[in-house]
Amino acid sequence: MTTAAAPDGHARGAALAEAALAGDRRALARLLTAVESRTPTAESAIRILHPRAGGAHVIGITGAPGSGKSTLVNALLRELRARGRSVAVIAVDPSSPITGGAILGDRVRMQEHATDDGVFIRSMAARGHAGGLAATTDAAVAVLDAAGFDVVIVETVGTGQSEVEVVATTDTTVVLEAPGMGDEIQAIKAGIMEVADLFVINKADRDGADQVERELEGMKSLAMARDWDPPVLRTVAQQGAGVAELLAQVREHGHWLRGHGGLARKARERARLRFESLLAEASVRRAKALAGPARLEAALQGIADRTLDPYTAVDEILSQA
Amino acid sequence: MGPMSDRPIKVLIAKPGLDGHDRGAKVLARGLRDEGFEVVYTGLRQTPDMIVTAALQEDVDTVGLSILSGAHMTLLPRICELLRERGLGDVLVTAGGIIPDEDVPRLRDAGVAAVFGPGTTIGEVAAFLRENVRPRDAA
Repeated sequence: MTTAAAPDGHARGAALAEAALAGDRRALARLLTAVESRTPTAESAIRILHPRAGGAHVIGITGAPGSGKSTLVNALLRELRARGRSVAVIAVDPSSPITGGAILGDRVRMQEHATDDGVFIRSMAARGHAGGLAATTDAAVAVLDAAGFDVVIVETVGTGQSEVEVVATTDTTVVLEAPGMGDEIQAIKAGIMEVADLFVINKADRDGADQVERELEGMKSLAMARDWDPPVLRTVAQQGAGVAELLAQVREHGHWLRGHGGLARKARERARLRFESLLAEASVRRAKALAGPARLEAALQGIADRTLDPYTAVDEILSQA
Repeated sequence: MGPMSDRPIKVLIAKPGLDGHDRGAKVLARGLRDEGFEVVYTGLRQTPDMIVTAALQEDVDTVGLSILSGAHMTLLPRICELLRERGLGDVLVTAGGIIPDEDVPRLRDAGVAAVFGPGTTIGEVAAFLRENVRPRDAA
């Protein structure tokens, strides 16, 4: 369906965007639903909100299941609120590939902030998107950023290998480890060393924290040299220990990004990913619409019957379009 | 066909009041997940304000309240009232747990659409929610 066919959605999107900018939390929540469902409402809202975003510090929290991501987010909320900063949280959980259902349980550990006006927590199901985030998480971040939150925290699905996408979506990526989780670190792809801005050893009061730190430092020494040397910190998020230091390092990283053109670089990378994925989607939609169902079906059947090769089929569809 | 038509129903499962048993709520959360719902779970001992704020921020279609403490006649109407106050009067509210039959009419008057007693199957709850969740703006 083309977006032009839903003028009501566009009017509603503009109204929701204006209300969200004015501080209406219910409008903000409804807008996030539209963003998750990729409706025309969301499109027209983002047309208004995109120029208004860019002011928030966006922090990504990623790590294996059980490393304590939600508990750390809760502890960060406490520290940030003590400093008077408003915070939005997006917590992503996996969807069942069979039913499409999901249990979104990250709020359980953040409920002490449930009724604080300076905190807005939103759970998102990944809805089949791989990589630790939902396909629409970056758009949701932009909406919360534009709505005026000082900090936006994105908590990924606990896959332990979601680093690439969270890096593109956030300014500062925190990779969480915890002792006693087996050979976790060896299992982590080398890629994580290139992308983590901060390493945190959570549950650092447990046996094995020293070993985790040695392994992280060892892997760091093997990684490509970077302008920013990611520090290895320790927290016991449950008790809030080490969280102020973590926040200080997050701020430090923010300063560093600003001083080294990093924010502009991040913004450009985010823009590229966003633009290219939208362009790809829109191009496919347009090519299919121009070709029409009969030609698409003929091409499909031809490839299946091996009377047509897939490259020629695509060339033919595109040249007709 | 718009993507909205495929949007899973989003449900908040909440435990108001002071009882410390959430096994039933968790079984329901998992069951509804398996029925294709997106289930937000907020844990034990939630105040009406916490529940309503979560419903608002999560923009859920429906709230399921599990209560065993006996305080349902004060807590459930209070939650319905708060939902209406915060502009969430279109959110479907259901309840389950230990609720005597004679209390059900007054709860319905207060805005609880259905009360599921012990022995209700997940399939029955899912079917009720699918039939009664109000269709949201399709754009």
